[in-house]
Amino acid sequence: MLSRRTPPSRPFGTLLILTLAGTLAAACSGPGSGAGPGETTATAVTAEPTCGSAPVTVRGYFETGFPMAKALTDEFTKQFPNVKWDVREDQFAVITQNAPRVLADDPPDLMRLPQVSELVKDGLLKNLDGYAKWFGWDKWPSGRLAQLRMGPGGRPRGEGSLYAMGLNFSVTGVFYNKQLASRIGLTTPPATLAQLDEAMAKAKNAGIQPIQQFNGGATGGLAFPLQDLMASLGQPAPVNDWIYQKPGATIDTPSNVEAARHLEQWIKAGYFAPDVNAVDYAQMVSRFTAGQGLFSFNGDWESANLDKLMAGNAGFFPMPPAQAGAKAAGMSAPLTVGISAKAPHADCAAFFLNWVATNGKAREVAVQTGGSHPMGPADAPLPRIAAGTVTAATLEAAAQVDRDGTAMDFIANATGAIYAKSWTPQLQKLVSGEQTPDGLLKSVQRDYADQVGS
Amino acid sequence: MTRSSNLVAAPPRPSTVVGPPARRRRRSRRTGWAGWLFVAPALIFYAVFVLRPIVLTVQYSFYDWNGIGASRWAGFGNYTKVFADPELYDSILHAFELILFFSGVPVLLGLAIAATIRRIATSRLALVARTVLFLPQVIPLVAAGIAWTWLLSATGVVNQLLSALGLGKVTKAWLGDSSTALPAVGVIGAWVLLGLCILLFLSGMSKIDPALYEAARIDGAGVVREFFAITVPGLRQEIGVCVTVTMIAALASFDIVYVSTQGGPGNATTVPGLEIYYLAFSQREVGPASALAVVLMVVVLAVVLPVQRISKEDKP
Repeated sequence: MLSRRTPPSRPFGTLLILTLAGTLAAACSGPGSGAGPGETTATAVTAEPTCGSAPVTVRGYFETGFPMAKALTDEFTKQFPNVKWDVREDQFAVITQNAPRVLADDPPDLMRLPQVSELVKDGLLKNLDGYAKWFGWDKWPSGRLAQLRMGPGGRPRGEGSLYAMGLNFSVTGVFYNKQLASRIGLTTPPATLAQLDEAMAKAKNAGIQPIQQFNGGATGGLAFPLQDLMASLGQPAPVNDWIYQKPGATIDTPSNVEAARHLEQWIKAGYFAPDVNAVDYAQMVSRFTAGQGLFSFNGDWESANLDKLMAGNAGFFPMPPAQAGAKAAGMSAPLTVGISAKAPHADCAAFFLNWVATNGKAREVAVQTGGSHPMGPADAPLPRIAAGTVTAATLEAAAQVDRDGTAMDFIANATGAIYAKSWTPQLQKLVSGEQTPDGLLKSVQRDYADQVGS
Repeated sequence: MTRSSNLVAAPPRPSTVVGPPARRRRRSRRTGWAGWLFVAPALIFYAVFVLRPIVLTVQYSFYDWNGIGASRWAGFGNYTKVFADPELYDSILHAFELILFFSGVPVLLGLAIAATIRRIATSRLALVARTVLFLPQVIPLVAAGIAWTWLLSATGVVNQLLSALGLGKVTKAWLGDSSTALPAVGVIGAWVLLGLCILLFLSGMSKIDPALYEAARIDGAGVVREFFAITVPGLRQEIGVCVTVTMIAALASFDIVYVSTQGGPGNATTVPGLEIYYLAFSQREVGPASALAVVLMVVVLAVVLPVQRISKEDKP
């Protein structure tokens, strides 16, 4: 009966009704809880945070494919049998998308985190200053935790209250294939940028692909060599200021333009594979381990894998500076985990984080299973690692960057959208010749200013 | 309860002329209620999982909101952004470009292939051809996307074939080159949708009266004439369905693009579906994401409704 009377243009009618309903609903009240500016003050810790002696189940949310978190929780339960773990795992991309909602609706005690500024802004993470003071985390080398410190409302980063911790910290640099290196007479790692350039030119002439890198899809892997060149030709501090959203910071500086031009020279010289814009991370690793490239710009999370697949044939060096004798810099970041603002077992989670950084057995797990440098005080002993392995080389580089204070966060972490929406498309355009080095930095800076909004 | 109300509602035996219409009205109302009862479960699901999200999307599109914190009224600001931001605007244009591949190729090629298969309908080859061509519909889109990224990679089968034919100079990473990435994505879509169109056309052809073909042949019509004079007009509705389904697939595409290029290289293959996803879940800009979703819905309706109208016109 109804349908007979309805005019034939029903979809338009439906659309009209929907629009009206939407407008009405919109006029009533906005979505969202209207959460406050977030937890800006630290909870004072007056008694030792522990897991107690009564049985307790702590909930963790970690990243799939990285067995370290599981190995650590297993070891923890072995030492503290009253603590059971309820662990959920997901891919990092899923965690990135879920983090705000999970922390708001179904908060785990401990969670692997993406970029934290936004989460702090929404008041979803516990302020860890009280724990840091109690456990003495504030006496560790300051560079290790700088990336996890935030001002009120989540910015600027790099200073202020501590909102997350690392399970370990990774370092990036240049991996190389020792057999291919010896074919072009490269016996010691390049000490300057000029020597690195020379090695690449030699490789190209010898018919060896100088660099295996990824830059396809939504993952602009040329950000690795670009940022390495920025640090090599300039200083890490201004790059960090930009990443930390310090007022007035810009990525469009003369030395960074020089770095982008240098990268363009590498592209034009054919140092990257011709299909680099279609290569994803996994492809890059499989090509490099198959011996199809001399260098690869990557991080120590791949060390254990390279030691297995290229035993004795893979080496690592930090990106060499342009000036001989200058300190080498590198991207280095903690494997970030945080405690939810609503965590029921926050004290136990904090105790666990301190244990991970200071317990000898836990530090061993961080290195052997995680492949990266453990957190903790500067003088804490390092687990023994076989000499000559990539893992040993990356551990040494991590310690060096840590000592020199030349660690940088990733330029991809400056804002939530800067990597996917700015660096990646612009770097892909640089490869295809649709963008200039100057234009690249100007475009990224424009997007950054839009997003940071001041 | 229904029964008792029926009893109450049962009218006394009519003694006047107005009786019968009144009774008819009552009965229709009664069956109406029963109808609603049967429809209710589906309707509730539809309302909760389709209508409510649409209404909420429209609501969100008027706000500045990150999905968690407080929201701020933004008026039509998000809609202005959709048309002012070249990246979002371009994504809509890309979707229209994809229509060429997603709709044009499957419909035209599908017609030709279906007509050919019909002519060899009795042979075993027809069965094989039908199965092979429909296979892409059965394969999950994500698997198809991954398989095609291998085929189209720099060392993939496509380039190997080209090299074998002496065309080594034109080989490239098809999905990694900004000039060929979108057409390459289009080819994947065409491959997926071709089978569906062929199947629809074949079933449509089986409904065409064979006497028409016989008559045409007696009148001296050739294969081509037969095709244009009988097959195509006879398939008008099927073509309409095919064009509609494939156009929606092109405009609302997500999975194929997400698996094969993720919008790259350099925004060459961004489509609205992908932008909505990135905006909402990576950039946490729920307002612009919702506004783009509403615009996409309107665009889809604006494109599809005329097609429906045309394909149904002049039908007996």
